[in-house]
Amino acid sequence: MDKFRMIFQFLQSNQESFMNGICGIMALASAQMYSAFDFNCPCLPHYNLAYGLGILLVPPFILFLLGFVLNNNISMLAEEWRRPRGQRGKDPAVLRYMFCSMAQRAMIAPVVWVSVTLLDGKCITCAFCTSLPVETLGNASHTGLSRGEMKRVLARIPCKEIYDGQEFIANEVAVRYLRCISQALGWCFVLLMTTLAFLVRSLRPCFTQAAFLKSRYWSHYIDIERKLFDETCAEHAKSFAKVCIQQFFEGMGTDLAAARCHPPRKTPADAEEAAEKLLGITDQGTMNAALKSWHRCKPPLHLHSPALPSSNGWAGEKQPPVHPPAPRREVAAYYSRV
Amino acid sequence: MDRFRMIFQYFQSNSESVMNGICGLLALASVKMYTSFDFSCPCLPRYNMAYGLGIMFVPPIALFLCGLILNRQSLVMLEEWRRPQGHRKKDLAVIRYMCSSIMQRAMVAPVVWIIVTLLDGKCLICAFSGSVDPQNFVGFANTSPVQVQHLLAKVPCKDDELVRNNTSRKAVSRYLRCWSQALGWSILLILILAAFLARWLRPCFNQAALLQARHWSNYIDIEQKIFEETCCEHSRLFAHKCILHFFESMRQEIKLHSFSLPREGEGAEGEEDLLRGITDQDQVNKLLKMWYYEKPPLDVSQVTQRHPPGRERSPLPWADSPGTRSKFPQHTDV
Repeated sequence: MDKFRMIFQFLQSNQESFMNGICGIMALASAQMYSAFDFNCPCLPHYNLAYGLGILLVPPFILFLLGFVLNNNISMLAEEWRRPRGQRGKDPAVLRYMFCSMAQRAMIAPVVWVSVTLLDGKCITCAFCTSLPVETLGNASHTGLSRGEMKRVLARIPCKEIYDGQEFIANEVAVRYLRCISQALGWCFVLLMTTLAFLVRSLRPCFTQAAFLKSRYWSHYIDIERKLFDETCAEHAKSFAKVCIQQFFEGMGTDLAAARCHPPRKTPADAEEAAEKLLGITDQGTMNAALKSWHRCKPPLHLHSPALPSSNGWAGEKQPPVHPPAPRREVAAYYSRV
Repeated sequence: MDRFRMIFQYFQSNSESVMNGICGLLALASVKMYTSFDFSCPCLPRYNMAYGLGIMFVPPIALFLCGLILNRQSLVMLEEWRRPQGHRKKDLAVIRYMCSSIMQRAMVAPVVWIIVTLLDGKCLICAFSGSVDPQNFVGFANTSPVQVQHLLAKVPCKDDELVRNNTSRKAVSRYLRCWSQALGWSILLILILAAFLARWLRPCFNQAALLQARHWSNYIDIEQKIFEETCCEHSRLFAHKCILHFFESMRQEIKLHSFSLPREGEGAEGEEDLLRGITDQDQVNKLLKMWYYEKPPLDVSQVTQRHPPGRERSPLPWADSPGTRSKFPQHTDV
């Protein structure tokens, strides 16, 4: 518990740098994914646009969803949103805060992908090579090519080996032009995103600081409460299991003594502790019987106090717990649900 | 208390160095971005200037904004500036000091970008190749103005067929690069001189006020960090008490309803404490169901009074009182 608390406090106190680190890693992963991706423009009139825009827009969408899926807090948000009201009211501001902070983290990888794609230039070159202004860049006026033919020729610009329109418009000129447009778009996109992030971050203290502090505290609280509850349940399960198993072995010991019709051996005082640990099982046959019984007939999930004689299920069927008839509606519902 | 002091000292000594570290990282990232960026000048008459100057000035603006975003102190400064006065007066000197230190750190990465761009030379060659005087270069001297503009625009592109083996192209390129590098080194020298003078002459002007401003800006920063940490500690304790209270209420309900548990306290008392009276599969299921369907109210004042005289403040969910019945959700009756 102490170790958990120490680590947790360390993370909380360094929350800012921890989150910045995560964002940096996601950005690097996104850039690495792009450079490892083998871009292959189809160089066909209608396919180019679909392929280029698809590579530009579909992976960011997937990365955005992945950012949500990989975030541990999404289940916390969903739970808080869907839980019945009960005795504790729901604060929509807290839900909004949790959703916004998750969305901001999830936006980093898609934005990096789009920026790197635009700055690299291959996607835009592939997508828009058929829309090139041939009149300004080349000399298309004296060719007898129809529009469809011209489009087919232009579509081959990204594939230098099969490009056959060098006399209409030089390949390098076209590629440079398209890449220039793409990079300009890329830098404008980067600037726009950075400006948005800056505005979002800096306008908050000017307007809603008190509400923000409240939402942040309660969203941390919900997170901590959930973790502590899980930990308490785990501790409880451990103790439950310990007592259950202990009672099982005690039951075995009692049954054995009754079956053999002689009182349990009296152990000397100094060996009592070791004998206690043996839980009354002192030979191979008994141990085998205990293991078989544990597998075939596990004891019921019902811990009884040590004073009462108990059946641990070794002697026979499992007995359902006996309860008094419930006087209230709610209790009846609870006991009928096993 | 000891732990608090340790953390406090850690923050105080590291706040500045963390900020400096981020600043250095951003400068390195700026250089890395420039080297991995594939600069390709369009080599077209009007586009060159836009592209060249765009690459030189737009990324620095983005880097500057990044530097402001990543710096924690900018938020602290904004909060201090916009907060209502309350019981604590606002000291404008502190805010000015924080603002200037934030700006200085945020300016490092953009300046590094601009200097690297100038020292490399490609941007200036691309932007200003169309603005040189063609009469100074033999290859461009006797051509028509339109043609010369067209040719000059192609200068940054070494492999273009029009200017591939043109010696004047190389001359223009060398000339512009020389100017670019001279500009780059001059700016670097001026900036370093300015930084040197500012640091050296600062003690001559108003050192006492500076020390005060620095102390109080540090204080505001640390105060905010400790407040956040205290809030975390508090919410942890709050959650702990809330959960204990919840288990205790469950234990009391079980005591009320079941007759088969004489709790005489014998046997493994330690384990019983941890079990908190929940010793049955059904009881555990009920506890988990209650935890989901009816989270306890955010009010741990009940814990401090073991036997509250009246249960008005936070009624137990199964307490048979008219006030709580209406809040009881219908779907627990399965």
